[in-house]
Amino acid sequence: MSDNILIEDIGNEYKYGFVDEVKPVWKAEKGLSRRVVEAISYHKDEPAWMLEFRLRALEIYQSKPVPTWGADLSGLNMDEIYFYAKPTEKRDARSWDEVPEEIRRTYEKLGIPEAERKVLAGVGAQYDSEMVYHQIREELRRLGVIFVSIEEGLKHHEDLFREYFATVVPPEDNKYAALNSAVWSGGSFVYVPKGVKVELPLQAYFRVNTAELGQFERTIIVVDEGAEVHYIEGCTAPTYTTDSFHSGVIEIVVNQGAKSRYTTIQNWSHNMYNLVTQRALVKKDAYHMWLDGNLGSKVTMKYPSSYLVEEGARSDILSIAFANTGQHQDAGGKLIFAASHTGGSIVSKSISKGSGRSSYRGLIKVYEGAKHVKVNVECDALLINEESRTDTYPYMEIEDDTATVGHEATVSRLNDEQIFYLQSRGLPEDEAAALIVRGFIEPVAKELPLEYAVELNRLIELEMEGSVG
Amino acid sequence: MANQLEIRNLHARIVDGETILNGVNLVLPRGQVHAIMGPNGAGKSTLGKIIAGDPGYEITKGDILVDGESILELEADERARRGLFLAFQYPVEVPGVSNANFLRLALQARKGGEVSMMEFYNKLQKALQTLEWDESILTRYLNDGFSGGEKKRNEIMHMMVLEPTYAILDETDSGLDIDALKVVAKGVNAMRGPNFGALLITHYQRLLNYIVPDAVHVMIDGRIVTSGGPELALKLEEQGYDWAKELAAAN
Repeated sequence: MSDNILIEDIGNEYKYGFVDEVKPVWKAEKGLSRRVVEAISYHKDEPAWMLEFRLRALEIYQSKPVPTWGADLSGLNMDEIYFYAKPTEKRDARSWDEVPEEIRRTYEKLGIPEAERKVLAGVGAQYDSEMVYHQIREELRRLGVIFVSIEEGLKHHEDLFREYFATVVPPEDNKYAALNSAVWSGGSFVYVPKGVKVELPLQAYFRVNTAELGQFERTIIVVDEGAEVHYIEGCTAPTYTTDSFHSGVIEIVVNQGAKSRYTTIQNWSHNMYNLVTQRALVKKDAYHMWLDGNLGSKVTMKYPSSYLVEEGARSDILSIAFANTGQHQDAGGKLIFAASHTGGSIVSKSISKGSGRSSYRGLIKVYEGAKHVKVNVECDALLINEESRTDTYPYMEIEDDTATVGHEATVSRLNDEQIFYLQSRGLPEDEAAALIVRGFIEPVAKELPLEYAVELNRLIELEMEGSVG
Repeated sequence: MANQLEIRNLHARIVDGETILNGVNLVLPRGQVHAIMGPNGAGKSTLGKIIAGDPGYEITKGDILVDGESILELEADERARRGLFLAFQYPVEVPGVSNANFLRLALQARKGGEVSMMEFYNKLQKALQTLEWDESILTRYLNDGFSGGEKKRNEIMHMMVLEPTYAILDETDSGLDIDALKVVAKGVNAMRGPNFGALLITHYQRLLNYIVPDAVHVMIDGRIVTSGGPELALKLEEQGYDWAKELAAAN
């Protein structure tokens, strides 16, 4: 069954590949230089310390080699990338009416204002390099919840901003964290005060419209003692023949007894290089969940990580990756245990279709002296076609022998018997295959809010069309 | 148009492999229940899978007709939508897919449109009652971790909800204790009526005490060698298959 597949034109299936006739009001010259970094800082009217920080980060970026241990990045040409494009003069509009019409229409097509009314506590919308809209429900604002663009965070909450900025992910961390530190623009600044539970999710939506643009959002989320929040990030872009680039840095601090969850539904067009650093610092008895869904992009390298730094901290990382022809999803997660009685898990489900390639790359590190750590890793790969590819790179550094570590990995192929069984009950072959794939990711998908689970299922059905037969 | 499932001089083999069927002839009219008996390796299960459209086999000669129309060119799902159903000898586990959600999708495919929650629920309730089962089976993943008996009972539940015109039950009785066997038989008997025909594939006469067939066919070496009434099953039970094998050799 699974060989001799007609590989359909995947670009045709991508529903979000449309281009808006929006010209940026200002765009940096192509390529990366000190001048470009200074211009970004100038356009943001930043304090001097931030410009210094950016320029130092630029030097760090330039001093680090392109990593060769993961996905192939040789096609990513920084000289062909615009590092900043300002879509409109007005940032952080509080009403959709204040957002330029063409841009607003895009978000309407993506269903954002409707979702905001129905199921979200707040929405931030980034278009190219800036957050064009940012709004949170009034009752949450009154409780002291801050949910603004990162720029507004710096401008209006500078002390709080400085307390956390680049403390979880310093520019020295890796080449692309350094790059983001130099040219960051957009992203959210979130602060949830002690004891405040934000029941509905906050969502940030990232859209890249300008061709050959790099988007470098920087997000800081601080969840104070006993507070709770769920932040969702969604991403799409037009399909261009040239490559685009997205390299975000997400820093999260989960204070004592707090609970947070960060969900990514990454559905970039298939010309996007997506290199993201996401990290959470989890304190005493606090909990953090990463739910990472990577469906789009050309190349993704992304390993959400949690540092469990105080007793009783816990974190789970749930990861779904879907690699179609022309895509390489190099995803996974890292759990770093630096305190006793901490625990967590990584559950990774990857699907490779056509000649797509998915890699699980994970690290479990237990420091010496971190007693009675419990951790479990499960990574399952499903291959749809003969030429589909998967690899597993599970790194374990266990320095304390009181740790309980479990690890399971499976690789399976789409099973002809399952297909025939479902088909014999009346489901067409494509639907049967999609159903099996949905079942495969169900342990992760069931953690998604319903609307997103439905959307994920729909995306997978689209991706599975014409996959077998 | 003939209201019947007709197997006409069917020859078939595993794709690029061994020949299994050597000219099967069989007519199952609606409203009747027929049994196919035979020793291991006679081709009984293969016949069931081929009728259902298993792509692992190829037909080299002959035809299968549903209500007078050939279904050879149809995919398994299209055959299901024509009213065919196969209760699998080994129902397949599909982790992560809930039994009820799948069954609703299958019912909608079968009906060719949306089926209301209410209509679906009513059908489920009826099937569960007949099968003396509780609702907990609905939310479990399809056959995942089911016992052998649960899997067989679930196949009958699917059949009752999907209401096929022609059902093939492939050794649904094997591995069942007597109580489970009675429940399964109850399910099949509840379906009996002028718009339902069933083909019971079995090794043992035991099942036929509870589902009394209108006809019994004996299959040896990929052919039906003799047919008769329910008494034929009793003869096989008493005398074994040797006489039937001799009959096959003589032909």
